[in-house]
Amino acid sequence: MPKRRDIHKILVIGSGPIIIGQACEFDYSGTQACKVLRREGCEVVLVNSNPATIMTDPDIADRTYIEPLTPDILEAIIERERPDALLPTVGGQTGLNLAVALAEEGVLDRYGVEMIGANVRAVKIAEDRRLFRQAMQEIGLEMPRASYAYSLDEAWRVIERLSLSYPVIVRPSFTLGGTGGGIAYNDEEFEEIIERGLEASPINEVLVEESVIGWKEFELEVMRDLADNVVIICSIENVDPMGIHTGDSITVAPAQTLTDKEYQRMRDAAIAVIRKVGVETGGSNIQFAVNPQNGDLRVIEMNPRVSRSSALASKATGFPIAKIAAKLAIGYTLDEIPNDITRKTPASFEPTIDYVVVKIPKWAFEKFPEADATLTTQMKSVGEVMAIGRTFKEAFQKGIRSLETGRIFSPPAELSDEDVRRKLIIPNAERFYYLLHAFERGMSVDLAAELTGIDPWFLEHLSEIARERRALQHLSLEELDAPRLRSLKRQGFSDRRIAHQMGVEESDVRQRREALDIRPVYNRVDTCAAEFESFTPYLYSTYEQEDEARPERRKKIMILGSGPNRIGQGIEFDYCCCHAAFALKEDGYETIMVNCNPETVSTDYDTADRLYFEPLTFEDVMNIYEEEQPDGVIVQFGGQTPLNLSMRLWRAGVRIIGTSPESIDLAEDRERFGRLLSRLGIPQPAHGTATSVEQARRVAGQIGYPVLVRPSYVLGGRAMAIVYNERDLEAYMTSAVAASSEHPVLIDRFLEDAVEYDVDALADGVDCTIAGIQQHIEEAGIHSGDSSSVLPPMNVTTGVLEKIRDYTRRLARALHVVGLMNVQYAVKDGTVFVLEVNPRASRTVPFVSKATGVPLAKIAARVMVGRKLKEFGLPEELSVTPFFIKTPVFPFSRFPGVDPILGPEMRSTGEVMGVASNFGAAFLKASWAAGVRLPRQGTVFISVNDEDKPEVPPLAKRLSELGFRLVATRGTAALLQNHGLVVQPVYKVNEGRPNVVDYIKSEHIHLIINTPLGRASFYDEKAIRRAAVQYQIPCITTMTAARATVSAIESLHREELEVRPLQEYHRLR
Amino acid sequence: MEAILALEDGRIFRGQSFGATGERTGELVFNTSITGYQEILTDPSYAGQIVVMTYPEIGNYGVNPEDVESRRPFVEGFVVREVAPRYSNWRATESLGAYLEAHGVIGLAGVDTRAIVRHIRQRGAMRACISTETLDAATAVARAREAPSMVGRDLASRVTCPEPYEWTEGSDDPAPSLHVVAYDFGIKYNILRLLKRAGCRITVVPAHTAAETVLAMDPDGIFLSNGPGDPEPLTSVVENVRQLIGRRPIFGICLGHQLLGLAFGGRTYKLKFGHRGGNHPVKNVITGRVEITTQNHGFAVDADSLPDREIEITHVNLNDGTLEGMRHRSLPIFSVQYHPEASPGPHDASYLFDKFVRAMQTRREGGETP
Repeated sequence: MPKRRDIHKILVIGSGPIIIGQACEFDYSGTQACKVLRREGCEVVLVNSNPATIMTDPDIADRTYIEPLTPDILEAIIERERPDALLPTVGGQTGLNLAVALAEEGVLDRYGVEMIGANVRAVKIAEDRRLFRQAMQEIGLEMPRASYAYSLDEAWRVIERLSLSYPVIVRPSFTLGGTGGGIAYNDEEFEEIIERGLEASPINEVLVEESVIGWKEFELEVMRDLADNVVIICSIENVDPMGIHTGDSITVAPAQTLTDKEYQRMRDAAIAVIRKVGVETGGSNIQFAVNPQNGDLRVIEMNPRVSRSSALASKATGFPIAKIAAKLAIGYTLDEIPNDITRKTPASFEPTIDYVVVKIPKWAFEKFPEADATLTTQMKSVGEVMAIGRTFKEAFQKGIRSLETGRIFSPPAELSDEDVRRKLIIPNAERFYYLLHAFERGMSVDLAAELTGIDPWFLEHLSEIARERRALQHLSLEELDAPRLRSLKRQGFSDRRIAHQMGVEESDVRQRREALDIRPVYNRVDTCAAEFESFTPYLYSTYEQEDEARPERRKKIMILGSGPNRIGQGIEFDYCCCHAAFALKEDGYETIMVNCNPETVSTDYDTADRLYFEPLTFEDVMNIYEEEQPDGVIVQFGGQTPLNLSMRLWRAGVRIIGTSPESIDLAEDRERFGRLLSRLGIPQPAHGTATSVEQARRVAGQIGYPVLVRPSYVLGGRAMAIVYNERDLEAYMTSAVAASSEHPVLIDRFLEDAVEYDVDALADGVDCTIAGIQQHIEEAGIHSGDSSSVLPPMNVTTGVLEKIRDYTRRLARALHVVGLMNVQYAVKDGTVFVLEVNPRASRTVPFVSKATGVPLAKIAARVMVGRKLKEFGLPEELSVTPFFIKTPVFPFSRFPGVDPILGPEMRSTGEVMGVASNFGAAFLKASWAAGVRLPRQGTVFISVNDEDKPEVPPLAKRLSELGFRLVATRGTAALLQNHGLVVQPVYKVNEGRPNVVDYIKSEHIHLIINTPLGRASFYDEKAIRRAAVQYQIPCITTMTAARATVSAIESLHREELEVRPLQEYHRLR
Repeated sequence: MEAILALEDGRIFRGQSFGATGERTGELVFNTSITGYQEILTDPSYAGQIVVMTYPEIGNYGVNPEDVESRRPFVEGFVVREVAPRYSNWRATESLGAYLEAHGVIGLAGVDTRAIVRHIRQRGAMRACISTETLDAATAVARAREAPSMVGRDLASRVTCPEPYEWTEGSDDPAPSLHVVAYDFGIKYNILRLLKRAGCRITVVPAHTAAETVLAMDPDGIFLSNGPGDPEPLTSVVENVRQLIGRRPIFGICLGHQLLGLAFGGRTYKLKFGHRGGNHPVKNVITGRVEITTQNHGFAVDADSLPDREIEITHVNLNDGTLEGMRHRSLPIFSVQYHPEASPGPHDASYLFDKFVRAMQTRREGGETP
């Protein structure tokens, strides 16, 4: 079928900020879709609020709107752009929900926009469990028994009517990644989960469902074209059985434990489902449960769009689902599209693979110590790794080391058998480590299978790994002969693990291995198990006979990626790595990407010339380096992951380009860096380091409280705290030092009430261009990644700005920075202090690039290969107009009970950008984009600490003038009344009832301004903030943010919101 | 136990044996199906061949009594990257290794199967020797070179049933109303199961059964089965098929399709390394739809050799453009090179069995069917 001729302009909706359940995979899918559609001659209009994405680069779409993803804003964009069609299937659940909202509100009809890929009817059938259930009944497929409820009473009646027994599954309708759902094992839990689920569902609906917990879980990735051809791209088996969200499960591709009869039955069912639901073109993901006792099959759900699993399937097979889906959406059929990898065969086939792919999730529970770390049907992981090996064991072990936990797992001492069993029965983030431990202790596979519900086929392999580990303990290096070592490497054991088990150094094992000439080869991911020749160097290491890497002799640069997403290191760094690849490719270099994160654009085989899907460990990176012999390696774009390797790589003779690892190390070394600053005469907060409690007490005493304490070498402020007295310091030291004994604890004077600035700069060893001076909206003490910030800075004296520029340039020179640099400053009483310098790409590079229209990471990459800043004709400092605001997004709704207060420990998962001609409007857009619905009117609750009190009356007056009713705790209320304002006093939590939390819960409050009052009221504030999260009421915890919020609401009243693509803003310059 | 795979061009792969011990020779071919090793092992079309599985983890779900395609395994040897240390499936009754041992099939594990596949892809399917006895490379290579060639070898006569029999497996629902005589050149049970399910009574007859004997059974339709190796040496069979053309509706699969091609006056030729797997895209040129098909053949019918006036091409392989299906322009005769009975593999083409049944019904009702 020829390409549709009636579609010229297509609106693509992105998925917004990175949140749990929706991460870089939609940047990958959206970017692929945009690129394909443009190549096909379509004009692409893109909307996404997330500036850290590749897809929002101004050259990916024709018109790029970084605007809030709300129906109103989308309507404004549609009105302005008049697209012919809307592609809703590459932007995750967010994109799909938004498209449905636009269709239902009549916007699409009004402007004559056609939904392509999946129509509204198909989306509704797939998303609405009731319709889906009915559809499945009509095609004779079974689902778990279930019924809907809209209240707790009804939920109880469902239990009776269907005679369900515990455990029972509760699924709220229309929520992301199962938010608010859960598994109830008893009456009490049932009530709790039902109430939470009803709350979470936008239509207050939950499904009460028969449990298939413990059944085997499978997914099929299905594609369909307009000619009704359907193919299965990949089967995925969850190692963790039903009951754990697939995003939180270790998964394997292809399915391992199904006979062909069972697999084909599932395939037939999947094809029937996509046809019945009516997804016309593109990819869908269909989940199944299989009873391990008798093979009974149940359909669990369907995603009528590309998903996290389809990103995984694309990377696992080499079949680019999103790219093909975009082509199908504009009318191509599968047989008209060539397979990129083989070139000679068409896309209308089913990939077959000759390796095993393992995906392992990465969690961030250390950031949320109060959160329930049990794994359930609600997704909690923040990232994932994928590993490829020729066998399950090899892939699994590569996956485990890709996680970069930074340590070899060792269970707590004196763990009883009973403790171990408990760790196996209750699903948790460390279950697989405990499984290996249990096998090392001698547990049988049968018992482990009974305790975990995991298929014995997987467990047998784990027990073999444990057996090998144990055997290694009694081996000396000399006894480690070639057959033995080769066998271990073929099973995926790292040099480090072998060394650990044998009690020798990793370098000993490496030397031994090289002496015995045991080296990996690289196999190709080719969609066809080598049946056809592959033209795409998409590679993974394994210990086989034939090397297929075939390195070329061109000038080449290797880029080390950032590994799995985690809080503090995510898509921003992948963005930088991709840009390095794009820029150097354009300049004629061969680019080599190394990464293990399947969600990313960097692991698209199209991004770099060569892709090594490998763990980012010293061993794996060195092996690739030796294979490729590149002219240079870039370590400064992938965040902390490659930086942690840089010194070792450098010492091993690796040609690292850009800022030298020594400079990076100098900047990280507090004492040496402190001396450098003193020499340069640049002020810094008083500081010291300590390795013991004793020393810490002494240092803090000299510096004076409050102090900021943190372990060295961390990203995202892990284990960082502000400590106000000696007792808290001691408590901190005992936990933090234990957590990281290799590195000392850093102690800094904490500058209260300072204003922080984040500066990104480019340098080439001689010149330095200031790319952006971002001003934090939250004050000092809140992690820069968790603080909103604005470009250009506001209300700052030219004297301060001059100092910031001067210091930045001098630091760039002193550290011989070649590439990117980020400096954090705090300004207090007119003095500019340097807080830290990172001579590498920072989290804000994409944001600043979008705001300035200058591709910083691309220029940095070019500078690193020897070009000079002068060649690019950049001014000394880039200009920014109008106002660009970056606002973080938090996962608190995922972790009920966690205090959503901001602090020095980073906890945001993603960010959004708001752009407008004035600060208030930009902040309003950023807030909307972050999901904070600032009220136009209503009641504001104010409670601030004594220091902030002087600032409250003018703010309260502005709110009052906007028509807000004021409610305040006694102290604040008295103050406001003294200023002639009408205020209703309200009880604190411990003063009586109804108190402020009751007000929040009965939805009498629409905005909360609550700055921390200190320890005494801690409980009170926590309760307020938690209630705010639960009821989705904006809760402002700093005065600067409060001022920004009031400006935003004023802007809302002026109704001055307009939408404009990035390209127009950039043209203004 | 150590085992060796020696190729006629001198390449050697060493690994560990599982299953039976001993020594065999055969043509070395690869199959890209991820699932379905038990069906592959018992497919008589693999007679005379040593099969390499491209998917590395094999044996995961064990072996069960139901998923067999004939009375026993027919492969000469079975080569895998990794054999499962433990099987897991509710239907499994024994391990793959035990099954192979019981049936005297030599298994080889631990070798770089991808390297073998790339070798065959580049140089073509070739003779090989699999052995746990002759571990010396030169001797094993010499054994491989002594093995008979696939070309010109009549393997169908070796695997066919000795006597005619009625197929009884499966329920009589619907009650059989049509009688099919199925030539067994190495027929897969699933063809018989599907014909039975479609309402047929089936008489399976040996490969060399004369045309008049078949017609004397008064069948509603004649089925030409799959089978191993080269169709060309089966000259008497081709002659029988020629005599049956125009007498009854005929449906041929794989070797059956090739025999039909020869009977129509066409030519067959050997493919470099054949098509073996469950993911081959075939375009039905009549409907424009793509079918994902199971394939297992080393020979093919040359589309250009067929008489255009009589024969219409119905299916084409989208990977390499080879002929995948044809039909007679005026008679109810059609055939496909691939395996619509799947097993293992996707069910996309099972409609062909209904088509055969319709052709037989039409004939019975006295109508004409092209």
